[in-house]
Amino acid sequence: MATDAIRALLEQAFPNGSVDVLDRTGGGDHFHVTVESASFEGLSLVEQHRLVNRALAAPLADGTIHELRITTKGTP
Amino acid sequence: MTLREQIQQVIDDEPVAIFMKGTPERPACGNSLRALQALWSAGAPITAVDILPDPQIRQELSALSDWPTIPQVFVKGELIGGADITEELYASGDLGRRLDEALGSEREQVVKTVAVG
Repeated sequence: MATDAIRALLEQAFPNGSVDVLDRTGGGDHFHVTVESASFEGLSLVEQHRLVNRALAAPLADGTIHELRITTKGTP
Repeated sequence: MTLREQIQQVIDDEPVAIFMKGTPERPACGNSLRALQALWSAGAPITAVDILPDPQIRQELSALSDWPTIPQVFVKGELIGGADITEELYASGDLGRRLDEALGSEREQVVKTVAVG
C-alpha cells in the first residue's frame, strides 16, 4: 500500500491535524505515522493510539500494513 | 476454560503481562524486543505469552483488548499499549512510576513465559 493511501485515511480521520507517513523499509508495508491533532488533547496515550489504529483498521486487518509505529502529539 | 478465558486470566493475574512474537529468550520481532527492553529497564517483572504458536491467540487477544497490533503490554490488568507507548513511557519515566504505584518499588524482577491454548 502506498504511503499516500495511508495518509489519505489519516487526513480523513484527523481533518484539522497534521499527518506524516514514513515507509520505514521502502517495501510498502512497514510504516511510521506521526499525527498531530487537537483530537488527542486530554486523552491517554492508549486512547490516542486507538484513534489512529481505528483510522487504519482496514489496512491493519487485511495485512497491507505489516508493521505500524505511531507517534501522536496534541496541537501546541 | 476457553482460549479467551485463559488470555483474560493471564491479563488479570499477572502483575505485568506481555503478549509478544517469540519469547524473552528468543524474540521473533523487533517491536516485541523493544517493548521487552523497556519493561526490563524499568524494573518490571515480566510474564510473556508467545502468540505465534496459534493464530487464534492473537485474534482472541485483539478482540478482548480492542488493540490490533503485537506486542501488547498490560500492568495489573490494564492495557499500557504496544511497543511505541511502552518505550515512550519508559523514556519519560512514567513507566517506572506506574510500576511503582501498581506493584511497589521493592518488586522482584522475574521473567517467565506462560502458554495459553
